[in-house]
Amino acid sequence: MAITLSGDHAMPAPPLSARLTPPQVWGIVLLAPYMLVFLAFVVYPVGYGLWLARQPASYVALYNDPIFARAAVNTLIFLVVGINVKMLIALFLSGFFIQQRTWIKWLSVLFILPWAVPSIPTILSVRFMLNPEWGMVNQIIFKFTGDDGPNWLNDPTVALAMAIGVHIWKSLPFWTLILITGRLAISHDLFEAAEVDGASWWQKFRYITWPSMQTLYVTCTLLSMIWTLGDFNSVYLLTGGGPADLTHVLSTLGIRYLRLDQLSLAMASIVCAMPLVLPLVYFMMKRLSR
Amino acid sequence: MKLPTLRDVATEARLLLIGIPVFIWTMVPIYHMFLFAISPKEDAFSGRMWPEHPTLHNFSIVFNEQHYFLRDFYVQFWNSVVIAVAVGALTLFVATAAAFSISRLRVPGGRAVMNLALFTYFIPAAFLAVPMYRTMGNYGLLNNHWSLILAMVTIASPYAIWVLKQASDKLPVELDEAAVMDGATTLQIFRLVYLPLMMPSLVAIGTYAVLLAWNEYLYAFLLLSNDKEITLPVALGNFLAADDSPWELLMTTGFIYALPPAAIYYAFRRYMVGGLTAGAVKS
Repeated sequence: MAITLSGDHAMPAPPLSARLTPPQVWGIVLLAPYMLVFLAFVVYPVGYGLWLARQPASYVALYNDPIFARAAVNTLIFLVVGINVKMLIALFLSGFFIQQRTWIKWLSVLFILPWAVPSIPTILSVRFMLNPEWGMVNQIIFKFTGDDGPNWLNDPTVALAMAIGVHIWKSLPFWTLILITGRLAISHDLFEAAEVDGASWWQKFRYITWPSMQTLYVTCTLLSMIWTLGDFNSVYLLTGGGPADLTHVLSTLGIRYLRLDQLSLAMASIVCAMPLVLPLVYFMMKRLSR
Repeated sequence: MKLPTLRDVATEARLLLIGIPVFIWTMVPIYHMFLFAISPKEDAFSGRMWPEHPTLHNFSIVFNEQHYFLRDFYVQFWNSVVIAVAVGALTLFVATAAAFSISRLRVPGGRAVMNLALFTYFIPAAFLAVPMYRTMGNYGLLNNHWSLILAMVTIASPYAIWVLKQASDKLPVELDEAAVMDGATTLQIFRLVYLPLMMPSLVAIGTYAVLLAWNEYLYAFLLLSNDKEITLPVALGNFLAADDSPWELLMTTGFIYALPPAAIYYAFRRYMVGGLTAGAVKS
């Protein structure tokens, strides 16, 4: 750390120091804390991680591990289904929450709770609700039908669907909030003019709301993709990757390999996600750094 | 009073048809947690909507640390508090200094640093966790609170810098110029002009960092493992180690753990919504 720091400052020192004004010196001093954090906890770990993942053998091992293939497929399902369902519901609900009603205002205050409270207690709460013998859901099913409910978390398909549900439950409020802000930014005059012209609900959405929201919607979808890729809690806390390691996604798989002390496999599995992550990151940076 | 027309009733009914499912969907996992917290063990497992004998007994067990899993409850709660506060303070320090330097002092290379920070922000935290774990091992910080604090500062500061930079770009340049004319030094501008004007954004970012650290599970459970060092979420995860986990106590502890962030969120909602959504909406 000390070496990189002195290297940063000392190298261009002789010709530059004469030209640097006091505010610029302060600028470098004030930027230094973040640069230190960045070098020590981003550059070094990422470089070290890539170095650990350098051997082709790890990728062969990964390719031959059925759990990895399953996790890759699960990740894609999680992304495609989870994000689209979530964003469409968020788009729909943002229209609902901008209605001027007192009760809707109160509902919107409650609606934000899943996002405001920590994941672990709520996800564990859902986990127990889905317990086949003691959980609330199956007890209610039993009360009404007299049949035993499904063994929710023991069937890989259902368990993955439940994990997606938990993910949506947790992140829906945030995206709805963002889309509400987008909707409120649309000029009200447009809707009044459309009202006068007798436009239907669908026409108003198609020709006013959607054209002004589509950029925001696409940005949100892409950002949500990056964050969903990194969603560890929804899967790990609900299913733990089980049954039989069939519901892992890439973010939990990396941690699984880490816990099994297969560090190079862990890093290789993360490197495999990079072709998906990097274009998204590039696109988002172009969007936001303007 | 005017009677509502049929059309009004129909609209209201349609809104309720959306509102009621939304309410149920949102509240069920939270209500279920609360239900467990006020139920004796037998009631909790009976699938009732309301316990036959609601009780606060579970809370007294937690607060008196009367269970094997809860023997370090106060230590762990305190760990969570210390780490969250430290992350909030350090993130504010690092990010404010960087944003001031990039946005107001226009330090050479500032734009590049901003882009690097944004890049970090977009790398999913779960992917950075694996190399971060090894790095902390190499630094000899595993099982030390500093490992979690520094990791969370690393994760929180890119977004913090970005939001603060956006906010400070909006402050007029003339303010700084006037202060320089009056003979103010850079540090005086920072302290007397910049910080007071940035207060709302600083509150939003401080809250963001504190909540991020308080809620963090993955990094906490990777980096800390000693019973006396772990934070509350890791302790909650450890409940699952046993086959006959006391779920009613787990939910009670979880409920207590979830209260502070919810309270903080609602207290600072005004700042949070303004400061944090502004970033994502810019498109």
